[in-house]
Amino acid sequence: MKNRHKKLALIVLVVAAIGIAAALVLNAFNSNLVFFFSPTQVANGEAPTSRAFRIGGLVEQGSLKRQANGLTATFVVTDTAKSIPVTYTGILPDLFKEGKGVVAEGRIGSDGVFRATQVLAKHDENYMPPEAASALEQAQKAQKTLVE
Amino acid sequence: MIPELGHFALIVALLLALTQAILPLYGAQRGNLTLMAVARPAAQGQFVFVALAFGCLAYSFLTNDFSVLNVAKNSFSQLPEVYRFTATWGSHEGSMLLWVLILGFWSTAVSVFSRHLPEDMVARVIGVMGLISVGFLAFLLTTSNPFERLLPAAVDGNDMNPLLQDWGMIIHPPMLYMGYVGFAVAFAFAIAALLSGKMDVAWARWSRPWTTVAWAFLTLGIMLGAWWAYRELGWGGWWFWDPTENASFMPWLAGTALIHSLAVTEKRGAFKAWTVLLALIAFSLSLLGTFLVRSGVLSSVHAFATDPARGAFILGFLAVIIGGSLVLYAWRAPKMITGSGFTWFSRESLLLANNVILVAALGSVLLGTLYPLLMDAMGLGKISVGPPYFNSVFVPVMAPALFLMGIGPLARWKEASLPDVVTRLKWALGVALAVGLLLPLTLGGFKPWASLGFFLAAWIALSVLAGLVDRLKHGQGSLMNKLSTLPRGFWGMQLAHFGMAVGVAGIAVVANFQTERDVRMDVNSYAELAGYTFTFRGTTEHEGPNYRASRGTLEVSQNGKQVATLHPEKRTYNASGMAMTEADIHPNIYRDIYVAMGERLNDQSGAWTVRLFYKPFINWLWFGAVFMMVGGFLAASDKRYRIALRRSEAPKNIALQGA
Repeated sequence: MKNRHKKLALIVLVVAAIGIAAALVLNAFNSNLVFFFSPTQVANGEAPTSRAFRIGGLVEQGSLKRQANGLTATFVVTDTAKSIPVTYTGILPDLFKEGKGVVAEGRIGSDGVFRATQVLAKHDENYMPPEAASALEQAQKAQKTLVE
Repeated sequence: MIPELGHFALIVALLLALTQAILPLYGAQRGNLTLMAVARPAAQGQFVFVALAFGCLAYSFLTNDFSVLNVAKNSFSQLPEVYRFTATWGSHEGSMLLWVLILGFWSTAVSVFSRHLPEDMVARVIGVMGLISVGFLAFLLTTSNPFERLLPAAVDGNDMNPLLQDWGMIIHPPMLYMGYVGFAVAFAFAIAALLSGKMDVAWARWSRPWTTVAWAFLTLGIMLGAWWAYRELGWGGWWFWDPTENASFMPWLAGTALIHSLAVTEKRGAFKAWTVLLALIAFSLSLLGTFLVRSGVLSSVHAFATDPARGAFILGFLAVIIGGSLVLYAWRAPKMITGSGFTWFSRESLLLANNVILVAALGSVLLGTLYPLLMDAMGLGKISVGPPYFNSVFVPVMAPALFLMGIGPLARWKEASLPDVVTRLKWALGVALAVGLLLPLTLGGFKPWASLGFFLAAWIALSVLAGLVDRLKHGQGSLMNKLSTLPRGFWGMQLAHFGMAVGVAGIAVVANFQTERDVRMDVNSYAELAGYTFTFRGTTEHEGPNYRASRGTLEVSQNGKQVATLHPEKRTYNASGMAMTEADIHPNIYRDIYVAMGERLNDQSGAWTVRLFYKPFINWLWFGAVFMMVGGFLAASDKRYRIALRRSEAPKNIALQGA
């Protein structure tokens, strides 16, 4: 094969590979990006009802309840301004505690209850998930502007 | 006194690193042999002083010197001795020190095993490694001094993160860093070649064994990380596409492309510019990995250290190293002469396809890892890119590469005959197709992804066999004689490819046929999973060296026969009060039975939530990675590299050897 042909073949190969990869990436990106919303945003109806998203904040004190099978838990996630009830079936992570930060992924039901498919494990006692921290921060900012 | 000695040793090491960087590089440019001769002793001296600093830090940890901030933050008097030692690199500061220590180790290795390389090459390689070392030592001394004192001293330490108190974590970071930093050698060789303008085949032969060894260490390091996550996080998962995992996986993908591209450059003199670029990319990604994990930009399970000043330093360092090397590349690369040509179907073209696919896969991982960070940095909202994205992109992109892996080793250089390869591989294709279609049925139903995985695994394994048979047909003498004359490079490649087949088989089974249950278990009640019966015998309180634990007892039986008694624990660590799940596993070659404790439900009844897993073929993953690693070491020990070293004094021999 001549040098020119070789180069052409190379370019075609590279372009084809990039094209396939790009198509796969865009397709997968569209369906698998998970956006984050704070409880206030969810309460205001900004969150999508048709797809999964993440919420974060603090687990409200005294809100954790378990059903008799021991596996389904309900709790309330708050950013101190608004609160969203959450249900989750499964074993909660080691660091899940009332009054501590939490991030949950799932869908919101028509009854306003967030059905979590995943409650994220964060592996440090003093660690606040950045999503939860930003939700609290935004709620505090909003409250300040209201007071003023 | 000892911490101050360590601090002083670090300063001396920095001065030696500056010497190691400046004098040999200047000498090489000027052709001054005296200055070039500084390279070896400076590198070895630097290593001695970094090792001294590391020893001082380890001593502070072992003797519980809580007047050292780093020790007070990351250790604890009740911590077992072995973890007090590993806590030396459990912290941010300590892990950076480990990084420099390993860089010193590699530099010293280069200085010892480079007796037959041209002096200017050695001077440049060691000089570039000195420059990298300067950056990291300056980083340690200015932003992350591991010897900082705490006055007054703490009464006791905060303890090591309980998750790190595991022997998978003892060896994971050193192995991972051996890989990361090993690519610094390939990087230094590439920069040295660009600086000298001598981009010959000898260059590829020199840097090839180093790159292969680094790759082998990185393979082991990643595997140990996955193994640790599997055992220690209590979720039974071994790969989460977490950014820190991707951070180590991206250099591995680039390194895998590099060792294949180096083969073409060494044997055929082709792909020179591309090989050099890959060497730059592999090390840049290693630095990026260090930056991602250590600057605190990630919100992930591994990112313990958080400090923006450090992030700014590493980012600046990253910009200098990557930017500088790419500018040098843009300036010098056009002058490289391409080697001989090849046809569309040849080993070269197949390895080219391998490289294109690996780089495409690398790009998809890079995008998924950095995109959320960029969105967040630009204030466009918080998003996460989870495992579904990576699985749906990575698997289809890599599948063709795995298929080509079966053909490549059997294709000839320059021009291969397609009918000939078809003749030699058609039986393998037939058997692999049969395995792919039929095996899932015996495991519990047809699943397309499982079929694809089995097909590819069988295809690669059979083609390894075909390659061996092919080599044994040619040559003279008895079978044993032929076997013993096959070069180690050949065995290494085949073993690594076989390891890939074993790993792919493991992934295909465990990803498609694992089962799990979260159940409530009362004392003496039982639950069933995958044909096994788990009977819960309650928990007992248990006292560990630095924790208290509720230790469960579960009897596992199959068809009425006792299989195992497992003791998973729920621990509470004394210093931090942190709770942790310690799973218990009954392994064998076909499956793991994995049990983790959830929560105590009711103090009167003693019932717990328990998580049960059946993980078929999971251990094949670890075996596969170990085969790949051993294959890498075997290939790097091929005697032709040692012969090449001796001949390098007369470069014209190598030019003749190319064919």
